[in-house]
Amino acid sequence: MIRLSMVLIFSAILFATGVYGVLARRNAVLVLMSIELMLNAVNVNLVAFAQHLQEITGQVFALFVITVAAAEVGIGLAIVILIYRNRETINVDEVNLLKW
Amino acid sequence: MTALEIAFVVVAVAGVIGAFRVVTARNVVHAALYLVITLSATAGVYLLLAAEFLAWVQILIYVGAIVILFLFGLMLTKAPIGREALDNQRRGVAFLVGAAILAGLIYLVVDAFGWDETRLDPIQGTATEVGGSIFSRFVLPFEAISFLLLAALIGAIVLSRKDDPVVRERKERRA
Amino acid sequence: MVGEEDLLHTISDPSAFLRFSWLIAFLPFVSAALTLFLGKRTPGQGSVYGIAAVGASFVLSLGVLWTFVEGERGFYEATVPWFEIGPLHLEAGVFVDGLTAVMVVVVTAISLCVHVYSLGYMKGDVRFTWFYVVLSLFTSAMLLVVLSADLFQLLVGWEVMGVCSYLLIGHWWEEHVNSSSAIKAFITTRIGDVPFMFGIFVLVFVTGFTTANIHEIGEMIAGGEVSVALVSAAALLLFGGTIGKSAQFPLHVWLPDAMAGPTPVSALIHAATMVAAGVYLVGRLFIVFVEAEPFVLQIVGVVGAITMLGGALMAFAQDDIKRVLAYSTISQLAYMVVGMSMGPAGRTAGFFHLFTHAFFKALLFLGSGAVIHAVHSNNMNEMGGLRKRLPITFWTFLIGSLALAGVPPLAGFWSKDELLVVAEHEGHPVLFFVLLVTALLTAFYMTRAVLMTFFGEYRGHGEPHEAPRSMTGVLVALATTTVFVGLLGSPQFGAVFGQWVFFEELEEALFVPWVAALSTLAALGGIGAGYALYHRYHERDPLESLGPAYTIVSNKYYLDDLYWKGIVRPVRDDVSAGVYWTNQKILDGVVNGAAAVTRGVANAVRWFDTNVIDGAVNAAADLAGFTGGILRYIQSGNVQRYAAFLFTGVVVLTIIITRI
Repeated sequence: MIRLSMVLIFSAILFATGVYGVLARRNAVLVLMSIELMLNAVNVNLVAFAQHLQEITGQVFALFVITVAAAEVGIGLAIVILIYRNRETINVDEVNLLKW
Repeated sequence: MTALEIAFVVVAVAGVIGAFRVVTARNVVHAALYLVITLSATAGVYLLLAAEFLAWVQILIYVGAIVILFLFGLMLTKAPIGREALDNQRRGVAFLVGAAILAGLIYLVVDAFGWDETRLDPIQGTATEVGGSIFSRFVLPFEAISFLLLAALIGAIVLSRKDDPVVRERKERRA
Repeated sequence: MVGEEDLLHTISDPSAFLRFSWLIAFLPFVSAALTLFLGKRTPGQGSVYGIAAVGASFVLSLGVLWTFVEGERGFYEATVPWFEIGPLHLEAGVFVDGLTAVMVVVVTAISLCVHVYSLGYMKGDVRFTWFYVVLSLFTSAMLLVVLSADLFQLLVGWEVMGVCSYLLIGHWWEEHVNSSSAIKAFITTRIGDVPFMFGIFVLVFVTGFTTANIHEIGEMIAGGEVSVALVSAAALLLFGGTIGKSAQFPLHVWLPDAMAGPTPVSALIHAATMVAAGVYLVGRLFIVFVEAEPFVLQIVGVVGAITMLGGALMAFAQDDIKRVLAYSTISQLAYMVVGMSMGPAGRTAGFFHLFTHAFFKALLFLGSGAVIHAVHSNNMNEMGGLRKRLPITFWTFLIGSLALAGVPPLAGFWSKDELLVVAEHEGHPVLFFVLLVTALLTAFYMTRAVLMTFFGEYRGHGEPHEAPRSMTGVLVALATTTVFVGLLGSPQFGAVFGQWVFFEELEEALFVPWVAALSTLAALGGIGAGYALYHRYHERDPLESLGPAYTIVSNKYYLDDLYWKGIVRPVRDDVSAGVYWTNQKILDGVVNGAAAVTRGVANAVRWFDTNVIDGAVNAAADLAGFTGGILRYIQSGNVQRYAAFLFTGVVVLTIIITRI
């Protein structure tokens, strides 16, 4: 039997890493990857609790999250490509028109 | 420390290392590949947690489709391949925030569940079970998700269409 | 006394004439308005409105008088509320008793004569229509005074009369003399009007500020509820108005100068009506004088006596025919005033004299107007021998002069005789003597005037001719009236007048033979003396040989000079300059100072407002801008930075929520 807290800590580590990646990476695609990390961490969490609470709902929900993540990546990449088309760059630092 | 736990620790460590390398790799393609490792490790964790359907779905979708998408994206945007500063100036702040989140989460977990108390008993995570739950209790979200996918599909197509002649000409004039 | 019936009762069944008596004053007012607006477009230049209105009023007046001729003794009063100030209720309305009836007849008759006469006299005048407007307006005002039931209504009519007098005297204002005479007349009567108004206020105060109705005031005073001191004060103040309006000493100075106006004006206003208003005032409010301390009436008598003699003496020294008549008027008005001072019997006699005097004085003035019209000069030295050339004028003027002199059986004799009788009967020897001497003097100066004008050789230039029929017709009518009207008061014919005009009780009309003989002698004596001195014309007036006495008289006792040097010039020049200086330096200085202070305060407030209040507001705005300027840097446009904040926030929230 796996201790719940271990799984949860694993999930936490993944999540924190994802956060760091979102904040620190310059390439927009890499940012999207980091977001995937975060989503995965959430999924792990859900599944762990599904087992902990003896409910299948957690897994079902994780399934939905995966679906949503897929949709989001699709759209996100489309946007990134559009930005690249218009600006020749996908450096998020340079996409900052909405500023003071 | 049961056998499952040892297996889990091995898989988890692999996943963690992969995650670290995703966010610190100098080469974007390497980062994508490390993401594969992490995603696979997660699938492994699912297996260990008796969520077999979900594990295979994870492999299929994430590793099989999403990472491919990422790689295509990287290709289409001519991501710089090679050693280059891929991190911005805010690394310090980001590290702090990440660390804070980690600390907070760990604290919460420990506070709520302690180190040793809870042990997870396996659950039936077969496709039968999952499917049964989806199509009975969660049929509405399921349908909504379908719509979402459809919208995303259409949106992605629309977004990445070629520009119409007028806009293209304007862009060429500008270039 | 004759008749013990309650004489001061309200007439129980007023005739239509009484009920419409207010029209008597209203119709001329309407005609004044009509003439003003339509006169120039009406054939005849608008004179027809005035003549028609006054004619109608005259008929109405006769109707009103008829009520009293028939034997009615009471009075008729009809008022409407005018306005109220607190407890004071002012009314407007008519009060008609025998006296009122007599007065309205006199006023409308003379006014009618003057209206008709002016058709000829003022023909071709540059302001013909305006003349008739003011003439009608004046008539309306005088009638208002006579008919009014309320003191303030009377005051309104009184003042309008003053204005009309001013307008008419200055009718030919292009000549400076005329306009300054008009101003002199107006201001002098105004000086008399001030005490008059205060007299009214005292009377209203006596009623406790509730009413100004003449009849009610009279009843209150008669009832003995009022202190004698107040009544005396009121009487003296009212008499001030009489002194001004009726040209008594010392405010008589305006009347001779008022002769600068057209002669019909002199006839109407300054002989028969307006100047009589002062006498009417005393008579109407006689109860006030009677209930006052005896010295009030004594003062009235003294003033009258001085004026009487002084005026008569001054008439000697005049070469202007109208001025002779003016001083004569002053003197004759004094007769009436003296009559008033002698009590109720004297009041009746005085009013009788007013009645007769109106007719023959108007006659004399209008006659002199005819003479002036013919000779184009007022100066008697340029006249003479007009008897043959102006026969109608001559005969009518002669009748008027004889009446004025007091020759029986003409009107003047009866009225003067009445006064003498009363003086003797009531025991006023001094007044008796003065009356008699003045009668002699009157006859004397009138003879002088007649002889200088109509007898001898014509000393002037040009061809004098008789006046047009509109003028001579009036002269004849007035002359006829003069002959017969005196009989209304003569005891031989029942002294009917005394049954119309009485004070509280009917008076017995007395005929004292020796008094009548004495007055006739005085008249004849005066005529004889005049004839002796003037039947032959002398270049230099024989009276000038009287030396300094004559000089004083001919200079009007230097009163005019006294007024001018003592009052008018100092006020006009020195006092005015002083007041002006005070106003400019002190008053204006104070005002300017206040303004400067206000400006200073305003400046301080402005500084405060701009710097402190606005400063506060601006500082708040600047602060907002400043903080905004700092806060904007948060919005870097960098999505990752936003995400950083987001995650930090989540951590903080988590800590907070889980800790609590």
